[in-house]
Amino acid sequence: MREQLLQQARDAVKAALDAGADDASASVSSGRALEFKWRDEKLEKVQEDTTRSLGIALYVDGRFSAHSTNDLDPARLQHFVSDAVQLTRALEPDEYRQMTPPELYEGQAQVDLDLVDSTLAEVSREQRIQWCRDMEVASRDHADVVSATTGFADSYGLSAICMSNGFEGLHEGTSVAWGSEVTLREGENRRPEAWWWVGGNHREGLPEPEEVGREALRRGLARLGSSRGPSKRTVMVVDRENGSSLVGRVLSALTAGAIQQKRSFLADKLGEAISSSVLSVRDDPLRPRGSSSRLFDGEGIAARPMQIIEDGVLKSYYVDTYYGRKLGMAPTTGSSSNILVGLGDKDCDALLDEVGEGIYVTSWLGGNANSTTGDFSFGVRGHLIEAGKLAAPVEEMNVSGNLLDLFSRLVMVGNDPVPWSSFKVPTLVFEDVQFSGS
Amino acid sequence: MSDQDPQSYYSWFGVDDALCGRVMAAAMDRGADYADLYFQHTRGNSVLLEDGIISRATSHVDRGVGIRVVVGDQTGYAYSEALEAGPMIEAARTAASIAAAGGKAPPQGFQATESPGLYPLAEGWDEVSVDSKLPLLRQAESLARSLDSSVEKVTVAWADGDSRVLICTSDGTLSVDRRPMARMFCSIVASKGGDRQANSANIAGRRGLDWFTEDRVADMCRDAVDRTMLLFEARRPPAGQMPVVLAAGASGILLHEAVGHGMEADFNRKGTSIYSNMMNEKVAPESVTIVDSAMHPHERGALNVDDEGNSTERTVLVENGVMRSYLHDRISAKHYGVKATGSGRRESFRCPPMPRMRCTYMESGESSREEIIAQVKNGIVAETFTNGQVQIGAGDFTFYIKNGWLIEDGRITAPIKDVNIIGNGPEAIRNITMVANDMQLDSGGWTCGKEGQRVPVSQGMPTVLVSQMTVGGEDA
Repeated sequence: MREQLLQQARDAVKAALDAGADDASASVSSGRALEFKWRDEKLEKVQEDTTRSLGIALYVDGRFSAHSTNDLDPARLQHFVSDAVQLTRALEPDEYRQMTPPELYEGQAQVDLDLVDSTLAEVSREQRIQWCRDMEVASRDHADVVSATTGFADSYGLSAICMSNGFEGLHEGTSVAWGSEVTLREGENRRPEAWWWVGGNHREGLPEPEEVGREALRRGLARLGSSRGPSKRTVMVVDRENGSSLVGRVLSALTAGAIQQKRSFLADKLGEAISSSVLSVRDDPLRPRGSSSRLFDGEGIAARPMQIIEDGVLKSYYVDTYYGRKLGMAPTTGSSSNILVGLGDKDCDALLDEVGEGIYVTSWLGGNANSTTGDFSFGVRGHLIEAGKLAAPVEEMNVSGNLLDLFSRLVMVGNDPVPWSSFKVPTLVFEDVQFSGS
Repeated sequence: MSDQDPQSYYSWFGVDDALCGRVMAAAMDRGADYADLYFQHTRGNSVLLEDGIISRATSHVDRGVGIRVVVGDQTGYAYSEALEAGPMIEAARTAASIAAAGGKAPPQGFQATESPGLYPLAEGWDEVSVDSKLPLLRQAESLARSLDSSVEKVTVAWADGDSRVLICTSDGTLSVDRRPMARMFCSIVASKGGDRQANSANIAGRRGLDWFTEDRVADMCRDAVDRTMLLFEARRPPAGQMPVVLAAGASGILLHEAVGHGMEADFNRKGTSIYSNMMNEKVAPESVTIVDSAMHPHERGALNVDDEGNSTERTVLVENGVMRSYLHDRISAKHYGVKATGSGRRESFRCPPMPRMRCTYMESGESSREEIIAQVKNGIVAETFTNGQVQIGAGDFTFYIKNGWLIEDGRITAPIKDVNIIGNGPEAIRNITMVANDMQLDSGGWTCGKEGQRVPVSQGMPTVLVSQMTVGGEDA
């Protein structure tokens, strides 16, 4: 299978060169997936997929284009590629668009990323259904539950990449996830809902299905009696499952593309503080069993761990070869992998105790951030914090500000990231944040 | 090829009545109440102008058949990317694993359905060469640059697609459709005295090249530049609850999030929507009529046939303030014992269909925009939006305002920017106190996501006053 995929990628590169391309980079991906959904004591949905597709990037007379197809019939594929080469000639030359320099392929780490859980293939249909049933039973264990939908899904993917200037690589991995979504009755019409899904590339280390079902119910019950909290400036504590979207907004402003296109509020900040000194962020593509682990990135660049932020100071940007050339910056990698936020020494309860009063955020609801200015406004749900403990649930509130200002108000981080997540962010504590509610 | 001739679709996919019958028989072999085959072949193209040159183009081809087997409200699903008998029959058997025994007999052949022909094109996107699109991008770029000397970056993006579908059902129907889509997008970054702002505008529809006239493209560029320049003057409104005037057009996002999703019948069938017990009840003032329709020609949400072979329609969700209908697919229509509303949609052959919105809007009322603004002592106007979201059961919805205006003492006084609005669906429509006579469908390219499936939609709105929503502003 591996050799077959690689050969298909090589053949596509050859077809492109034969049709007149100067260079080409092709990848072939194949995968299979199986998903069970369970509700009201019966299977609601079973879905099984197998898929294969090819993507090819073409460099023709200084021009560039990219194409994909899932019609891999050899004769039709050859036509597809030669038509694509012709199309590329209609574009304008772009001096910055070149193949990855081969020296960036070198130095690939010699580690086993261990991304395939071979036990998944041996899990029977009956066992999968039993887990769904276990979750539903645990999630329905309350009189006010209207509905619980549970699911178990796993997939396997293998991709091969071939570049005309000498790079070949394979990436293989499994992923598995299970979870429960619970809806409760409250008064005549309200149907508060909550969910918990867990996942990774290995089954080992993830919480048992029954525990997941129970936790989804606990989260649902915690929503009962929600009301709008007050409009005020106060402390915001973001739970360990929701800090990733705030840190993610910062990371997305660190790409060379955003900087070169003048859409980053973090341009020209290398070596400067972009946060309070409490924040450190590391990108580590080489963690065994990391969901975002890889030996090379989409351009073939050998993957290396990279310190992004250290004690609040910006250390690295995400630089791909194209925008790197435009900016005159050395390429690092174009995209993030596993993210590790440096940990503090307290767990969530100890942080709440220290905070005393504020708002604890357990989920975001919509909202957005302006990557050019850093201004943001998000819907939030969560709990009031009173006397160092979680108190009444709140909803229908917004939190607004500017990301640079917000991270300067980061005063504490916890020691409690979700163990199986590839984006490890602990509980985050920001002081003096603007909430709007009643 | 003819856009409606079933035989030409059969030959396009390399199948025929007999082969579809065999695959259908395999799908129903273990017993099924219903089954369908959804053949799809999509070709898409994009072109990007960035930093003054047309620097990138893409194309993609995607094809396959999705096979669904339904028993009661249970679904078995599988797809095949290969359109030969062997893999299709294997996928059918996989989908059939949901069924145990009994069920209906497979149909004897398939009868073609009629199509209303909502989006015929003079020239399909298959026949349009890349060369003929490039002048449009160049025109847009040079116009946008010329409009204001503070413009630093102009990006113009183009995307078109052409999708053919063929749907056979176990009821013995055969539906075909050819679905064009095109979208043009202009985004601007400008810089003034150390301050930098970015914004964009786009136009989209099931349209051909001829719709993208010089005037239309110029209007889009002007919108993009104007909206960017406004941000330099704009501030954040105060935080808290206040009256919100929704401007005509894109404000339909409120209906989409606050009402539309909650009216999708799958949520109601499961009892998980806040609207589950409100059918035929008064949910809004009499001036409020909310419609979800597939029948607006060439709009993104237009559909000749839905993705499970049902004919489409104009569905009135709320009529003069009274809740009248959910949006149904086959499974929910059967559950409720009503006719399907033609709302069964899917992202592609890889996904089973579910009830989805098409083009959602509110009918015009009798007030005027000026009257509405004059009513507001302290509040805001919401004008352009980036995104929205809803929690179906709790009814909490949000949408993010990119541009808007502050209202003080009944007058518009200053631009506002980057603010999230949060509200509760039933409460928000109850709190609609005025509806103007200026309903407008938005020409932007909206996409709706649900359970990981994205489908194109349209939305529209007259100017409307909601007496109170929570505005994510900042206290000065």
